[in-house]
Amino acid sequence: MDYSKFLNPEVCAIPPSGIRKFFDIANTMQGVISLGVGEPDFTTPWKIRQAGIASLEDGHTRYTANKGLAQLRAEIAVYLKRKYDLCYDAKDEILVTIGGSEAIDAAIRALVCPGEEVLIPQPSYVCYEPMTRLAGGVPVIIETKAENEFKVTPEELLAAITDKTKLLILPYPCNPTGGVMEREDLEKIAKVLKEKEIFVLSDEIYSELTYTGKHCSIACIEGMKEQCVVVNGFSKAFSMTGWRLGYACGPAPILEQITKIHQYAIMCAPTTAQYAAIEALKNCDAEVEQMKEEYDMRRRLMVSGFNRLGLTCREPKGAFYTFPCIKSTGMSSEEFCERLLLSQKVALVPGTAFGKSGEGFVRASYCYSIEHIARALARIETFLKSEGIL
Amino acid sequence: MNIKLLNLLDRNARYTNEELAVMTGLTTEEVERELREMEDARLICGYKAVVDWEKVDNTLVSAIIELKVTPKAGHGFEEVAKRVMQFPQVESVYLMSGGYDLSVVVKGKSFQEVALFVAKELSTIDSVLSTATHFVLRRYKEQDVELIGASGDDRETFLL
Repeated sequence: MDYSKFLNPEVCAIPPSGIRKFFDIANTMQGVISLGVGEPDFTTPWKIRQAGIASLEDGHTRYTANKGLAQLRAEIAVYLKRKYDLCYDAKDEILVTIGGSEAIDAAIRALVCPGEEVLIPQPSYVCYEPMTRLAGGVPVIIETKAENEFKVTPEELLAAITDKTKLLILPYPCNPTGGVMEREDLEKIAKVLKEKEIFVLSDEIYSELTYTGKHCSIACIEGMKEQCVVVNGFSKAFSMTGWRLGYACGPAPILEQITKIHQYAIMCAPTTAQYAAIEALKNCDAEVEQMKEEYDMRRRLMVSGFNRLGLTCREPKGAFYTFPCIKSTGMSSEEFCERLLLSQKVALVPGTAFGKSGEGFVRASYCYSIEHIARALARIETFLKSEGIL
Repeated sequence: MNIKLLNLLDRNARYTNEELAVMTGLTTEEVERELREMEDARLICGYKAVVDWEKVDNTLVSAIIELKVTPKAGHGFEEVAKRVMQFPQVESVYLMSGGYDLSVVVKGKSFQEVALFVAKELSTIDSVLSTATHFVLRRYKEQDVELIGASGDDRETFLL
């Protein structure tokens, strides 16, 4: 049967991940050491799990308010203030969503009209472009540069803005590059954004995982809070990926419309996860700090490992990925990853999975034990030697 | 003293000095010096592997022996503890709070061997009032290491 006549051509037109085939090979191979996974290896801290269990024992099994539990929203407001000096009113400026992902989707749909342009810095997480297209928007890619530490510069921003530009996605700390935008960097682009009245969707899901300084949200820059939606969540900081819980914060009139989408599409975020998240925000600073220290050690180990192997690796300042440059091998990103996989059974993600500008780089996640990372690096060394590169 | 180094070695004593240096932000020379100092000060008392001996030989047994002891004037429990720890069968000796005084972990080739050791060597010590022997039937976790049910990585090979 020809299903294409039933399907929405807009959806069919979204290209599947170009490296799907490569992933499929990796998934069927035995004995693969992967550095491919983009989620924490830690189990959710016990206190948080216990709070989830307790909520079930207490019989909290119904829907919550559409926006999320009032107590959770209040805790989010307190947390954002104490961590990042962000001021959001729990009453009408915070929406609890199913992971950061839903918040991104709903925000784009609430903001972007068909034909309007959305600026997407790349290399970056893979969802922004398809989400924009599904909303009828037109993705405009800003190719960030390694020499700028993969930050968006005001010049790049100005060059990409047209009179159709509506929204800038700001994905920092950045998956896959590990790049962060510091206050000075944000101030520079904020000037352009205010002048041109471009709205911002700031995906700050990795905000807790910064290693060289404190995370700064663009909403902290004078005049920007009114012009942006901040997305954050529990997956990365609290190692709660499977609980599916995130949130969006922004000006009340914007949040009201995003909430409408959420209300019709989702109803409310999972109740058990919401109760667990209250505990996460209130009592888990020490656990978060401990996980971060662990990531930091692995990060140093991996950066030093790649550099020792001649694969230039800048220091990633945030998230949990390294993004070494493999240009010196003369191979393309995909070629490098495929040959490494077939020859030494180490799985990395080609930089091109995160946009064309990821060519020449590979992503290696350090959501793995130190022993695992050391084993993978040893295999990569063997690979480089067998290719006559090292 | 360097707590970070101690924590890392406590987890895995086989990290190389180079790895320790990278992870802690020290130089290799600094790591070597710190380790030497901590070894000299007996902060680090040894480096051992965590072996699941049951897998090597399932007749091997270990037992925790509770000893009630009359403390000696001027020496407390130390004199008897020192005597107990001389036996090569004794893996560890602790002074305990609560219902008994010394907790002694004993290893042996069989239940009988351990039982006889307790009867002949421990209960005959003058100041030992009584003993209670508890055999270990199964070890689930040893020195922070899970010996059973350590689950593999169930994350998808790729998650962007």
